[in-house]
Amino acid sequence: MRRPWRFAAEASALLIAAVVAFPLYWMVLSAFRPAGEIESDTPRPWTLAPSLDSFRRVFGQQEFGRYFLNSLLVAGVVVVASALIAFLAATAVTRFRFRFRTTLLIMFLVAQMVPVEALTIPLFFLMRDLGQLNTLGSLILPHIAFSLPFAIWMLRGFVKAVPEALEEAAYLDGASRSRFLWQVLFPLVFPGLVATSVFSFISTWNDFLFAKSFLISDTSQSTLPMALLVFYNPDDPDWGGVMAASTVMTIPVLVFFVLVQRRLVSGLGGAVKD
Amino acid sequence: MTVASRTPAGRAAPRPRPAATPRRTGRAGTPWIYLAPALVVLGGLLVYPVYQLGLISFLEYTQAQVSGGQPTSFRGLGNYAELFGDPEFWRVLLATVLFAAACVVSTLAVGCALAVLLTRVRAVPRLVLMLAALGAWATPAVTGSTVWLLLFDPDFGPVNRVLGLGDHSWTYGRYSAFALVLLEVVWCSFPFVMVTVYAGIRAVPAEVLEAAALDGASQWRIWRSVLAPMLRPILVVVTVQSVIWDFKVFTQIYVMTNGGGIAGQNLVLNVYAYQKAFASSQYGLGSAIGVVMLLILLAVTLGYLRLLRRQGEEL
Repeated sequence: MRRPWRFAAEASALLIAAVVAFPLYWMVLSAFRPAGEIESDTPRPWTLAPSLDSFRRVFGQQEFGRYFLNSLLVAGVVVVASALIAFLAATAVTRFRFRFRTTLLIMFLVAQMVPVEALTIPLFFLMRDLGQLNTLGSLILPHIAFSLPFAIWMLRGFVKAVPEALEEAAYLDGASRSRFLWQVLFPLVFPGLVATSVFSFISTWNDFLFAKSFLISDTSQSTLPMALLVFYNPDDPDWGGVMAASTVMTIPVLVFFVLVQRRLVSGLGGAVKD
Repeated sequence: MTVASRTPAGRAAPRPRPAATPRRTGRAGTPWIYLAPALVVLGGLLVYPVYQLGLISFLEYTQAQVSGGQPTSFRGLGNYAELFGDPEFWRVLLATVLFAAACVVSTLAVGCALAVLLTRVRAVPRLVLMLAALGAWATPAVTGSTVWLLLFDPDFGPVNRVLGLGDHSWTYGRYSAFALVLLEVVWCSFPFVMVTVYAGIRAVPAEVLEAAALDGASQWRIWRSVLAPMLRPILVVVTVQSVIWDFKVFTQIYVMTNGGGIAGQNLVLNVYAYQKAFASSQYGLGSAIGVVMLLILLAVTLGYLRLLRRQGEEL
């Protein structure tokens, strides 16, 4: 490509990056603004006196640390459980030929389309009957179920990409089926598992509807999205508190993303290439 | 399609085999053992609730039945008749479809354009844009919603200052509120499209593009006649995913328009069902709305499956 064009492309890429990152910048900035500066008629894009007041308010006013751990626990359990279950299922549908295999695959695809939000009502009654209302289990169980179809569908490509000759070789060397599964296949498919876990982590970490519907009376079981909205009173929001809580809530996801960033790009490429 | 999955070994697996290869025994049962955890979880927490949803949608199911101990009574299609007779339902349905369509088109346009842009720039600008997009992607929906509200806040937001709009309220008008939510939705969902399409473009062999360029094809022509057909499977995947995600937007609408906007002007089906069920305790009616959503998305899925089949893809 000619020089001026590439220069223009790079300039616009940087400009767009600035626009895309601006909301996040403003969030962190507002979180560190001293009291009074947020509620100013002439917002400046910087602050001269950063303060931790908003963060202190967030962590002091309610059991924010506890909600944070609750969220982390729910997301962690869902990520690990759904990754393991999906890995087994993906192996079954790619490494074996059996009756109803295609039917199952189509069912996984259809299951992926089910609007989970529409199931809030029956799940509410199911959780009530299981005695899980107001517990973290009421968030963990449905989220495992809803992460599975997409995870299985995505992992399929990764499992398929492992040559069958490798499997034969492992057996010839005397490996048992489970040894092949966990010591050969699992490490090879791991990048794919990371890419899929991004989706299950995010959907669980972000979950607002289930938390709002299932954790009705026991606030000690609350998760971050609910805690955040305590500061957000639509008529008179405590913007400093909301932004500080938002910052705290966004950071773990950002860290997670940066950690898996490279695997994510190659993972998505691998998943859609098959 | 990989060749590996079509090898004779894979094909012949269900056939009874001589005992000479003991490691193969039990092969017919093994996939079901591997599948068991997934099937149990999905059966209990997905299939059963779907069945329940359908069932409740035919019942008179309100607060009186849930906690008042009154017997549930079968209403037949009563809930559906009530729903379809309500002009508000049709208004919400239309708004949902149009809003989702606008979100999908904008997300795909922005995502694809930026994916192409990524291939045109050197490593540093690419990394910067990629990181910014990952940041937007990583932002939880609740957080994103509140941040965008602050950005467009009539009193303290920077956007109104920069645009000189005074204390114009974005959430007051129906269309400007939808537009604001749309901006947030596009902001947090274009990165998935961008990253996926970019990964797809990178997988296209460079020779193909060079050959097209040598033949004198313009950039637009290369995109339309070379890249788009090669990327079609990926484009189908991201389109279908976007349709599904945007059709069932809940958090953004709920938080940004405070539960559906003034007098419910910004309701979409998902929020509407939630309000009916949990705010006014009409669980039967809420379930009927859920069934309608389910059927619409099922239709999208079937269309997707037909597309896959026409492309000759093996499942």
